[in-house]
Amino acid sequence: MPVYEININNKPYTVDVETNMPLLWVIRDFVGLTGTKFGCGIAQCGACTVHLEGNPIRSCSFPVAAAAGKKITTIEGISQNVDHAIQKAWIELQVPQCGYCQSGQIMSAVALLKSKPSPTDADIDAAMQGNLCRCGTYQRIRSAIHRAAELIK
Amino acid sequence: MQQTSSNINRRRFIKLTGITGAGLIVGLSVSGKNGIAAIANLSNAGELYELTPYVIIEKSGAITIYNDKPEIGQGTFQSIPSLIAEELEVLLSQVTIKQTGGEKKFGSMQFAGGSMSVRSSYTSLRKVGASAKEMLVRAASQQWNVPLEECYAAEAKVFHRPSGKYLGYGDLAEAAAKLEVSKEPKLKDPKDFKLLGKNVQRPDIPLKSSGKAIFGIDVKVPGMVYASVAYCPVFGAKLLSYDAETSQKVKGVIGVERCERIFGKYKYDVVAVIADNYWAAYQGRKVLTIKWDYKGKENFNSKTFEQSLRDLAKKDGVVAHNQGDFDKTFVAAPTKVEAFYETPIVSHSPIEPMNCVASWYDTNKLEIWVSTQVPGDIIDSFAKAYSIPEENIKVNVLFNGGGFGRRLYNDYIHEAVQLTKKIGKPVKLIWTREDDTQQGPFRPMTFSAMKGALSADGKAIAFQHKVIAPSLDASEKENYDVTKPDANMTEGINEQKYEIANMKNLYVYADSHLPFAAWRAVTSTTLAFAHESFIDEMAVKAKKDPMAFRMEMLTKDSDTKNVLQKLREVSGWDKPLPADWGRGVAQYEFFAGLGGYVIEVSKKGTGIKIEKVFAVIDLGTVVNPDTVKAQVEGAATMALTAAIKSGITFDKGQTVQTNFHNNQLVRINEMPVVEVHILANGGPNIKGVGEPGLPPFAPALCNAIFAATGKRIRRLPFDLNKI
Repeated sequence: MPVYEININNKPYTVDVETNMPLLWVIRDFVGLTGTKFGCGIAQCGACTVHLEGNPIRSCSFPVAAAAGKKITTIEGISQNVDHAIQKAWIELQVPQCGYCQSGQIMSAVALLKSKPSPTDADIDAAMQGNLCRCGTYQRIRSAIHRAAELIK
Repeated sequence: MQQTSSNINRRRFIKLTGITGAGLIVGLSVSGKNGIAAIANLSNAGELYELTPYVIIEKSGAITIYNDKPEIGQGTFQSIPSLIAEELEVLLSQVTIKQTGGEKKFGSMQFAGGSMSVRSSYTSLRKVGASAKEMLVRAASQQWNVPLEECYAAEAKVFHRPSGKYLGYGDLAEAAAKLEVSKEPKLKDPKDFKLLGKNVQRPDIPLKSSGKAIFGIDVKVPGMVYASVAYCPVFGAKLLSYDAETSQKVKGVIGVERCERIFGKYKYDVVAVIADNYWAAYQGRKVLTIKWDYKGKENFNSKTFEQSLRDLAKKDGVVAHNQGDFDKTFVAAPTKVEAFYETPIVSHSPIEPMNCVASWYDTNKLEIWVSTQVPGDIIDSFAKAYSIPEENIKVNVLFNGGGFGRRLYNDYIHEAVQLTKKIGKPVKLIWTREDDTQQGPFRPMTFSAMKGALSADGKAIAFQHKVIAPSLDASEKENYDVTKPDANMTEGINEQKYEIANMKNLYVYADSHLPFAAWRAVTSTTLAFAHESFIDEMAVKAKKDPMAFRMEMLTKDSDTKNVLQKLREVSGWDKPLPADWGRGVAQYEFFAGLGGYVIEVSKKGTGIKIEKVFAVIDLGTVVNPDTVKAQVEGAATMALTAAIKSGITFDKGQTVQTNFHNNQLVRINEMPVVEVHILANGGPNIKGVGEPGLPPFAPALCNAIFAATGKRIRRLPFDLNKI
């Protein structure tokens, strides 16, 4: 099996895995960071969202080979003390229910705020509609993104 | 002798809890299957097997509270410990919350289902907290030699009011442990509550906002291997043979094993590929060659099945409820209304796929790590199924990545247990999303034949709801009796409060080989659609306002009447709407509780836009209003998905939908804001929270669509863009 050097949350990892293994399973089963979730395996639910060079990608459908040498950020890497503006807003507005999709929701929201610090509802629709939530936390996600935008002003 | 037994129990207690310096332990004694009997001081741990330590206060001051209701998103990780913490006078931030794992000593209510969690624990757990507090306060008053009345507790300390001196609970625990337990402690006046009834932040939310919450799928144990299981695409088939050669060649694959998926009365042959990582197991599973005997089941399809239900509607069925004389009144009535309603089969689709880590060791011991709604049932049923003592099974309950009823069932756990037993290593089994979508279990559809009659002055005088549907019970057990009433399949329709003199409710059983399961709000999710849409049809026929028509049938005081009145008020029902808008109302009372909606829609091209959603939920007493609102917002979202997305259909014996691209869920851009109002009169009759927000959503929406467009929707799902 080929050996890949990958950088996750500013830490280098060397993994020896199959070329076609999705980044998701490398992160979860080989690197051991379990905040990134498996939901569908075909980039339809967004539970596995991580950042590749700052841009959100669905790691369940992203082969490890394409991530080699690139900078990856997972939910564990966005803050030290759960104090990113998005996380603060998530806690303030009590967004998560079961919480399983929320790592992916947060990674999409963090990326949105970076590109659009004051997103409109239409911006939120566009950036967040790839992330499913079966518990139905959507209206709180929307409010919390607006709240986080206020917090970073 | 007694000393020895006590020591053994103490050692076992330490092993179970990891707690060594325990001072005061207060809990409940459990009487058999019925659960809770009395509060008990368990501090000497002599009777540990029979007793339930809900609160442990260590000499160090550390406080542990046990939560016996799995956290599936509904907030029990906050609401249940708060019942104890409120009366114990501790903050949630001063407490470690531990999840129970179905241990017998924690009683028979260790499950998350039926919207039961808070209402089944509200008084008993408050008493546990209050008892422990009274013992600590008494210990302090004795130690200081001051009158008991001069002492009070707050934030895990006991204070002496006149002098201002205080002692922490840890310092008092040992002395308190020697006191007699307060069996009937004084409970706080609700006006003094600091946690209950307040919008307290949930302690699991920071964990769930940082990737730190551990779900079942995140568990890793030493020596663990991974499994992916191949299922037959056709239900009811038999496995003939399989060829594992190609799978064995996949790098990382360790072995291929047969096992059974056990669901209710069904046993499905399945083949598992085991590997040293999940991806390899899944790759190996994809290249398995399996030969099946479909046994004619490959001809099954939704179209034919649905037609068979329509045909069955001609049968009389079993009487579920009968009052007055429906038949006579209906025949003689001046005005009659009839309609037929249809709903789809749907999937649960929690975003965390089914998974389980299981370890069989020491010939007859079993440890399980799992996202489950029913740890108590796992202990009971697995002890029987695998012929091992209950105390040899340990269940570790993790955060559930969604439940919705799916995790009331243990089929995926059985698979993992059979595999670990076979190979002698801990196994982590993960279903794919395709497995989850295609293999069920599913919420059954219900079809409803409705009949109503009006008097000359437009009052409802006769009403009949005939349900035609497969049965949840028939999926569970072999000897289903088709001649008996089936309460699950007529759920709620006998409990509606409308005062109609002549009513008859009926059930016609539709035989099916599909695996069916309870889904959030169970059969009420489909029956409410027919029931409350048809009430609307009767109102229209009577030329009456749908709200006024309902109120006319509610002359007696009832919670239903209160809900409708509240909806009328908060939605501004009597105010005119813009042109091309319409509003609809619906309510539904059933075992889980009572909720209702007013929904406003507007015409938009060929379709409809949902403009406003007003929800009212009736609770009696509320523990966390913000959690209640979240549950209703979520229930509305799930109800909208069930109303407008594809649902599950079958062709050539197989599930047509495979994953979220063709079994879609409502996304953020499709979900309107839900404005939730809580009715809580503070009374002792506590209703459930998790489910009542679901059933009335679809009928309120469709009644609104009728009001806006004149088009009556009698079949779910429908397309919001093509009305």
